[in-house]
Amino acid sequence: MFAPEFEYHRANTVAEAIDLLSANPGAKVMAGGHSLIPLLKLRLARPTVVVDISGVAEMKGINVNDGNIRIGALTTHWEIESSSQVAQANSLLAEAAGGIGDTQVRNRGTIGGNLSHADPASDWGTVLTALNATLEVRGPGGATRTVSPTDFIVGPLTTTLGETEILTSINVPVLADNQVGEYAKMAHPASGYAVVGAAVVVTVDHHTCTGASIAVGGAVPVPVRLTSVEDALTGKELTHENIAAATAQAGSDLGGEILGDFFASAEYRRAMAGVETRHALFHATGVAHH
Amino acid sequence: MTTRIFGSGIRRREDPRLITGQATYTDDVNLAGMVYAAILRSPHAHARIRSINTDAAKSASGVLAVYTGADTQGVLNDIPCAWVVPESDVKAVPYPAIATDTVRYTGDAVAVVVAESRYRAEDALELINVDYEILPANVHAEAAMNEGTPQLHEDAPNNQAFHWVATGGDTDSAFASAEVVVTDTIIQQRLIPNAMEPRSAVVSYLPSMGELTIWNTTQNPHIARFVTSLVTGVPEHKIRVIAPEVGGGFGAKIPVYPWEMITAFCSMQLGRPVKWTETRSENYQSSIHGRDHVQAVEIAATREGKIIGLRSVVHAGMGAYLSTAGPGIPTILHGLMYSGPYDIPNIKADVYGVFTNTTPVDAYRGAGRPEATFLVERMVDLLANELNMDPVEVRRINLIPKFEDGFDISLGLTYDSGDYQGALDKVLEHVGYDELRRQQAESRGQATGNGRHGHDHGHGHDHGHDHDHQPSATQELIGIGVTTYCEICGIGPSQVAGAVGFGGGLWESAIIRFYATGKVNVFVGTSPHGQGEETTFAQIVSDELGVPVDDVEVIHGDTDNTPMGWGTYGSRTTVISGAAVALSSRKIKDKAIGLAAHLLEAAEEDIEYEDGKFFVRGSPDRSQTIQDIALMANVAWNMPEGMEPGLEASSFYDTPNFTFPFGAHVAVVTVDADNGHIVLQRYAAVDDCGNQINPMIVEGQVHGGIVQGAGQALWEGAVYDEDGQLLTGSMLDYALPKAHLLPEIETLSTVTPSPHNPLGVKGIGETGTIASTITIYNAVIDALKPFGITRLEMPLTPEKVWQAIQQSGKP
Repeated sequence: MFAPEFEYHRANTVAEAIDLLSANPGAKVMAGGHSLIPLLKLRLARPTVVVDISGVAEMKGINVNDGNIRIGALTTHWEIESSSQVAQANSLLAEAAGGIGDTQVRNRGTIGGNLSHADPASDWGTVLTALNATLEVRGPGGATRTVSPTDFIVGPLTTTLGETEILTSINVPVLADNQVGEYAKMAHPASGYAVVGAAVVVTVDHHTCTGASIAVGGAVPVPVRLTSVEDALTGKELTHENIAAATAQAGSDLGGEILGDFFASAEYRRAMAGVETRHALFHATGVAHH
Repeated sequence: MTTRIFGSGIRRREDPRLITGQATYTDDVNLAGMVYAAILRSPHAHARIRSINTDAAKSASGVLAVYTGADTQGVLNDIPCAWVVPESDVKAVPYPAIATDTVRYTGDAVAVVVAESRYRAEDALELINVDYEILPANVHAEAAMNEGTPQLHEDAPNNQAFHWVATGGDTDSAFASAEVVVTDTIIQQRLIPNAMEPRSAVVSYLPSMGELTIWNTTQNPHIARFVTSLVTGVPEHKIRVIAPEVGGGFGAKIPVYPWEMITAFCSMQLGRPVKWTETRSENYQSSIHGRDHVQAVEIAATREGKIIGLRSVVHAGMGAYLSTAGPGIPTILHGLMYSGPYDIPNIKADVYGVFTNTTPVDAYRGAGRPEATFLVERMVDLLANELNMDPVEVRRINLIPKFEDGFDISLGLTYDSGDYQGALDKVLEHVGYDELRRQQAESRGQATGNGRHGHDHGHGHDHGHDHDHQPSATQELIGIGVTTYCEICGIGPSQVAGAVGFGGGLWESAIIRFYATGKVNVFVGTSPHGQGEETTFAQIVSDELGVPVDDVEVIHGDTDNTPMGWGTYGSRTTVISGAAVALSSRKIKDKAIGLAAHLLEAAEEDIEYEDGKFFVRGSPDRSQTIQDIALMANVAWNMPEGMEPGLEASSFYDTPNFTFPFGAHVAVVTVDADNGHIVLQRYAAVDDCGNQINPMIVEGQVHGGIVQGAGQALWEGAVYDEDGQLLTGSMLDYALPKAHLLPEIETLSTVTPSPHNPLGVKGIGETGTIASTITIYNAVIDALKPFGITRLEMPLTPEKVWQAIQQSGKP
C-alpha cells in the first residue's frame, strides 16, 4: 500500500492550520494519522495537500475545572486512559479509552481525529453521546462554535465539520458522586472496533435510578440514544428485574437502519444492543444477576 | 557424564537478532542499481482480457518497463505443479506467471511495472487500462462440480482437478452391518496464512555470466532453485537462491509463486536488480490459502462404541490453479490419516479436488492433517453423543494399545511407536477431568437463564484466565473438549515420495566442518525460519562430539554454500535433517578415533571416547581432545597413512519410514448464552514428539501451533462473495488470534522415541495446530449440548452460537 503523491504542510497553531485549509481546497487534516494514512495507502483518499496538525500545542492536554473536563482534540487515547485526573473525574472516559484498538493505536490515535473520522464502529461517539459532551470547533477568523456529538456526527464517515474547520477540544462533564458510567463493547476480534457498544450514565438515589443517559453505537450509522430505555429505567429501583425489563426492547430504539456484515448481521446487532446495554447497566450499578 | 546438552532447554540463539531488529529479511536487501516491480492484479475473479493498453504507464515518470502476459509468454514457462498424485487424474492445467487471455481469481497477475521507485511503480499501475469481459465466477468448493457452474479450465471438465481414493478394509460391508451409523457434513473453512513477513524477492541477473541470484523468502531454497530453472530456463547450476531471514512461513512459503518468476523475468529483461515485495493486501489476495474442504462423513460402530468403519466424500477447493504441492495436501497428507490413533478396520477416503475462482490453496500448518484429525475427532464425539457415552470412553475403546516398534493400520501405513492411552491418561489427570465434568453437571443443573456481568468481550478484562475457573450460576455454559490424535510427519523414504507423486526427493544432507581452532560449521539443506534448528542442530553436534555448543554455528538458506536439501515443512527438519547432522557427527567421531589412535600411538580399538576426549583405554591421561584432533587434522602434519587431511563429514539421510507424533489435548470453554460469546478458559496439551532436543523449543512450537489452531476454531476464515471478491481482504476483517483472548497454555509431554531415526525424534511443528482446532470446537459443541446443538460452522463467531441457541427452541 503506497500513497499517491501529496503536498505535506505542518501547522504550528490552529490559525495556521485553518489558513492552510483555506488556501488549499480539498486538503486533509492529519492528527495521529490512524485514519488518514490507511485511506491514503489504499488510495481511497487522494488529497493534494495534507495539513499535519500533530504539533499544535494549544490542542493538547487535559484540564479538569469546575465540573468540566476539557480534552484537547490532539490528546491521544493513551493519555486519556492513563490520566489520573480523568480516572477520578470520569472513569467512563478512561475505561472507554483503554478499550480502543491496541496499545500502538492508543499511543498515536487522538480523540479529535477519531471523532472527525466518524467511523460508525468507533467508541468515542457513543461514549460522548451518553456523557452529553460538547465539541468545540474553530473556523476561519477564530470563529468558534460548540456542537453536541449527535449534531457533529451525522452519518458514517460524515460530520458537520466544514472544509476549513477543525475540531479543537472536547468538553465532558465530571461525573457527580451519585452518577455511575459504564461502556460495554462487543469488540470485533480483528479490529477491536465496536460491533455493538453501549454506554450508560446512571444517576442513582438510594438504589433508584433518577436519571439515565444511554447511547448505542457500532450497530448503527451514528450513535443513538436509547430514550425509551432511559425513560423505562428512570424512577425505578435498580434491580435485576427492572434493568432486564427496561432493556428488553432496546433494539427498537435503534431506528430502521442497522448495520450488518458477514461477521454480525443486523438482526444480531439489534438483539445485542439490548444485551450490551443490560451488561453495562449491571456492571455500572453493581446489580447482581439474579 | 555431565548434564547432556541434548535435552536441555537452552535459549534460542536466533532470538537476539530477531528481537533487536538486526535480522536481514529479503526486503532489507538493497543492491546497487536496483529498481522496483509492482504487479497489476485482476480486480475480477473471472474475466476475459479483451485488451491491455500500457502506453500511458510506459511513458510515466520513472518507469523503465511495463510487461504483460504477451511479453512473458514463450519466455517464462508455466508455473509447475510439483505434486501430481498418481492414479487420480490430476489436471495440471496451464498456470502462466502473467495471465494472457483469462484471469481466474482476484489477484491473478495481469501486468508488471518496473520503475525507479516503488511509489512510481504503484502510480503507473493506475495508468494501465485493461478491458475485461467479466465472466460468472464459481467460489464454492462443494458446488464447483455441479452442472451449470462456471468452468475455469478447458482441460478440466466440471472443474475437477483430480479424484483420489484411498481404502482400507471393506467399508461397504462394515456400514451395511453396522449397529450405529452417524453422519455429518464438516466444513473446513478457508484460511489465510499470516506470516509476519509477506512475500518478497530481490533478483539480480548478470547477463555477462548468465547467472541468476534470487533473495527469496522461501522455506525451501533448493526447491526454489530447481523450479526457477524450469520456469526461467536458466540452468540450475547458474542459479543461486538465498533465503535470508524468513519471517514465518507456515506452509505459504513452500510454493514457487509466479511473482518471483515475474521479478526474475524483469531482471533478465533489464539487466538490473529488481525488488518486489507484496503488500499485506496482496498477500491476502495472492499468497496461497489453506484448508477449504467440504466433507461428507460417516462413521459406523457397534452399540458398545467400537468403531468399525469411517468414510468420507471430500470436495477440496484448489483455487484457480494447482499450486506447487496443492494436490498432495487433501490426499496423501489427509486421507491416509483417517485412522488417527484408533484401530479402525475399514476406511475409505474419496477426495475430489476442484477448481474455483479463488486464490490457489496449498499447505498451511498441518496441511491436510488438521482437516483429518478434525474429521475423525468430530465423528468420535458425535458417536459418543449418539451412544450417550462419555467421549473419553469411546476413545479408550478404540485407541491402539501401546506399541514400541510398528503398528499396521488398515490404510497400509505402519505407525512407528505410540502410547496413546498414556497421553490421554496424563492430560485427563492433569486437568482433573472427572471434577470438570462434575462442575459442568452442577452448572447445568443450576443454569437460570440470567445474564452475567461481563462486558467488553473483545478485551477480556473480566474473563478470568485462572485455572480454577468456577462455574457461576449464570447462563455461562461450560464445555469440555478432549482429543486424542496422531499425525504423520518426517515423510520418507524418497521412494515413497516418488510413489505418491511428490516431484522431488525427501532425503536431507548435512556437512560438518571442523576448523583448526576447534570451531565448527554445520551446513544443512533444510531452511529453518523460526523453528530454532540453528540452536537444536548445534545441540546435536555438541552432544555427539563434546564441543561447546557455542562453538557450533549452523549455516542454512543459501544454495551456493549449503548441500542439497528439500526444505523445512511438514515437521520434517529435525527428523530428517537432524538425523543427517547426527550421522555426520558420528562420521567425524570415527575419523577422530583413527587420528587419535595414530597420535597416541595406540590401536584404534583401544581408543575410547567420552565428553569430547579420546583416550587410551586404561590410561585416561593419554588423551586428545576433539579440538586437538581438529587442529592436527587441519594442519595435517602427522596423519596416518591413507587418511585424508581435514576434519569434515558429509551425510545423506533418507528415513526408512514416517514418524507419527501423537498426544491428547483438553480444552475448557465457557459460552455466554446471552450473546454467544466464547471464552477459552483452559487449554492443556500432552504431546509426544519422541526424544526432545530442546524442551523449551518444543514448548514454543506447541504454543504457537495451538494458538494457530484456535484461530481456525474461533476467529479465522477467508470469505469470498458470490462474485469472488475477497471480503476478508485485510486484518480489519480477518481476525487472527490475540494474546489477550487466550489462556495460559498448559503444556506437558510424554516421550516415546521413534525407532525410525537415529535420534528417536518425531517432529513437533504442527501437532498443536492439528489437535487444537477440533479440541476447542468439541468443547464448544459440548457446552451447547443442553440445547441439542451438534454442529456449527467455523469460525465459531458469537452470532453463529447465538443464532443456534435461538433456533434450538430451548430456554
